Amino acid sequence: MTPQKSDTTAIPFYRDERILKIIAQIVSTVVIFGFLIWAVINFLKAADARNMELSFGFLKEAAGFPISNPPIDYEPSMTYGRAFIVGLVNTLLISGVGIVTATIVGTLVALARLSSNWLLSRMALVFIEFHRNIPLLVLLFIWYFVVFSFVPPVKESLVWPGPIFINKRGVYISWPRLTDSGSTFLVLSIIGIIAAIILYIILRKRRKNTGKNTYYTPISIGLILIFSVAGWFLSGGSPFQMDIPFLKGFNYQGGLRLTPEFAGMYLSLSLYTAAFIAEVVRGGIQAVNKGQIEAARAVGLNQMQVLSLVVMPQALRIIIPPMISQYLNLTKNSSLALAIGFQEVFAVGKTTINQAGRAVPVFALIMITYLSLSLLTSFILNIYNRRIQFVVR
Amino acid sequence: MAIKEMEQDIVRPPQPPGLVKWIKENLFSSVFNSILTVLLFPTILYLLYLVIIWVLFGANWKAVSQFPLLFAIGQYPRDQIWRVGFVFSGFMFMLGISWGRWSGLLRSIALAAGSFLLLIAVLPVQNPQLDMTMRIYLGSTILITLVGYLIGNKTRLKNAFIIAGWFVIPIVGVVLLAGFENSERIPVVHTTLWGGLLVTFLLAAGGIVLSFPLGVALAFGRRSSLPVVSGFSTVFIEGIRGVPLVTLLFMFSIILALFLPVESRIDRLVRALMAVTVFSAAYSAENIRGGLQAVPLGQIEAAKALGMGNFKTTVFIVLPQALRAVLPAIAGQFIALFKDTTLVVIIGINDFLGIGRSIINSDPEFVQMRTEVYIFMAVVYWIFSYMMSLASRRIESTMGIESNL
Repeated sequence: MTPQKSDTTAIPFYRDERILKIIAQIVSTVVIFGFLIWAVINFLKAADARNMELSFGFLKEAAGFPISNPPIDYEPSMTYGRAFIVGLVNTLLISGVGIVTATIVGTLVALARLSSNWLLSRMALVFIEFHRNIPLLVLLFIWYFVVFSFVPPVKESLVWPGPIFINKRGVYISWPRLTDSGSTFLVLSIIGIIAAIILYIILRKRRKNTGKNTYYTPISIGLILIFSVAGWFLSGGSPFQMDIPFLKGFNYQGGLRLTPEFAGMYLSLSLYTAAFIAEVVRGGIQAVNKGQIEAARAVGLNQMQVLSLVVMPQALRIIIPPMISQYLNLTKNSSLALAIGFQEVFAVGKTTINQAGRAVPVFALIMITYLSLSLLTSFILNIYNRRIQFVVR
Repeated sequence: MAIKEMEQDIVRPPQPPGLVKWIKENLFSSVFNSILTVLLFPTILYLLYLVIIWVLFGANWKAVSQFPLLFAIGQYPRDQIWRVGFVFSGFMFMLGISWGRWSGLLRSIALAAGSFLLLIAVLPVQNPQLDMTMRIYLGSTILITLVGYLIGNKTRLKNAFIIAGWFVIPIVGVVLLAGFENSERIPVVHTTLWGGLLVTFLLAAGGIVLSFPLGVALAFGRRSSLPVVSGFSTVFIEGIRGVPLVTLLFMFSIILALFLPVESRIDRLVRALMAVTVFSAAYSAENIRGGLQAVPLGQIEAAKALGMGNFKTTVFIVLPQALRAVLPAIAGQFIALFKDTTLVVIIGINDFLGIGRSIINSDPEFVQMRTEVYIFMAVVYWIFSYMMSLASRRIESTMGIESNL
């Protein structure tokens, strides 16, 4: 062997991957940070020139703008901070009910799409293709400006069983409200539910470990029943009172009022997302191997058991990740409510900017809110997802 | 004779079921299904009847039929309309050439667009905006498309020129539409006057073309071994995916100016385009990253073993396989982008939806016709995004990708 020069001298430095990497590292750092610093310097200059205030102090000032039908106490004399919280509650409210409705409707549509009845399956397809190919904003305008324009005025309200009154001012639903003695019932029921959950987990674990049937489902349901019945009697037999809307002057009073803005946003948002969820659910169910179903049948499981013990656990594994992103989309899409004047987080922020200036802090607040909502949702659902993936494996 | 007998012996493939059998299997397979069919069938017929009656007799389409140009190009000055026409013809010409060269999907698009133009050109209605000049223009655009077809099909024009043409036409088009300062012939047309489908297409096409490379870059950035690059890409992607598009649109239209030098001014249509692009890029990046992860490591090792460098491996081995794997997701993202362009209405840009809304609000008479206007707009959006999803399905099937949707 003739002694050779070491490799490092054989390769010129501009072809040595190790050196190139360090150079790339330095260059990318300089470029990215340089760009960020440049933007911040520009921003500080602009802020200085326009005398902008960047603090969040304005949150303590009086807002001065009204919010129609606030979900929590709110008066225009309250602060911007309070207004922002009202907006946040509105966002959470519409996302929450939207997610529940979209999931139920989406699953039903998916099942209809998989039905052996050609007509039903086609109808589901029409529902899906209709909603998936029209922008949400157009759907929203159709619901709010077109469908709701056919709703009668207050004096000629539509009355649906419930009773539910529908008129131009909104939807008024009879709603059970707690009476003075009702809190006993509520507290006892909650204790019952918590106790039932704990017992359910313990007994289920024992069942798993020992293999003996511990009847965990009937026992926990019974526990909830016992506690709520006890609470019912302790509260004098009437924990709730139906709050029925009634016509007073030019408007309905009492009951649960949904504004037309809320109803329009809620309907368009849930139906739009339901179409996407239907496709997700259908994809998940269809992805379950046919052999699995046949094997389950062969073992002697009935239709219900096949669905709940074999198909759904496997389908859920596929369904949940895209479902999470649909839920997040729904939450973010609720910001479109701005276009029809439903006062959720973004709309409140927009009004604040118009009134108080302070575009930068308000935007920071809005972005942080949405980001934490997104991160929180995906965090919680990811935990659930991991559990499901693990159990089924 | 012998041949005839042999033919009879051939086992025929199972014939498609007859109508009666089909109905029995698909509509009356069980008691429950039969009840469902009996209930659904009259309901559907009745609803269809109501819709048809309304469309033909009940609805008043005046608010839609009176303003075809407004819906198409918004407030673009009518004496400068030849510029839009010129750009549109240019696109149709390129479409014709590509149809002649590659056929396939392009053929369907060209035929659909051509027959639509023909339909409008010969529409037997009196409309002040659909005068003889307009009809002749539409007819000649069809001719231009056909000429393009012949050029693409019969001549040996290099493919590179055709692709270059697709890059040149949009750039020339936007410059021409915007106009030049100090020019008599081609004065500046400010983007506040642009509107209608023109803006919708501009935002959608611009967003798709610009967001794709940005998305690829971000996807590689996130997988990069350089911590600064991957950190920046991750924060960028997650930050943008975590907030609604409306927020970004407002950010770009209100706050962006603060982060740029004082003297710089960006047109508001461009700012909207930037917001849409950045938003779509973040989502595309995640799709593409999924595709990159799906490329087997062996492919990269094999490429390295053949002596391909990093760049060649990425461009010729990794990227094609990754993009092929996630094509359905990317196509879905582009359709979503097309629908999302409607949000620019909220920051006051008159796209197709915005024009419809301003027509409704312009006259109390048209407020009464808002149902017709909104339905018309919904149908137009539906047709375009449905065609996009059909096109993506067709590309998928020609590439042999099984879509699970």
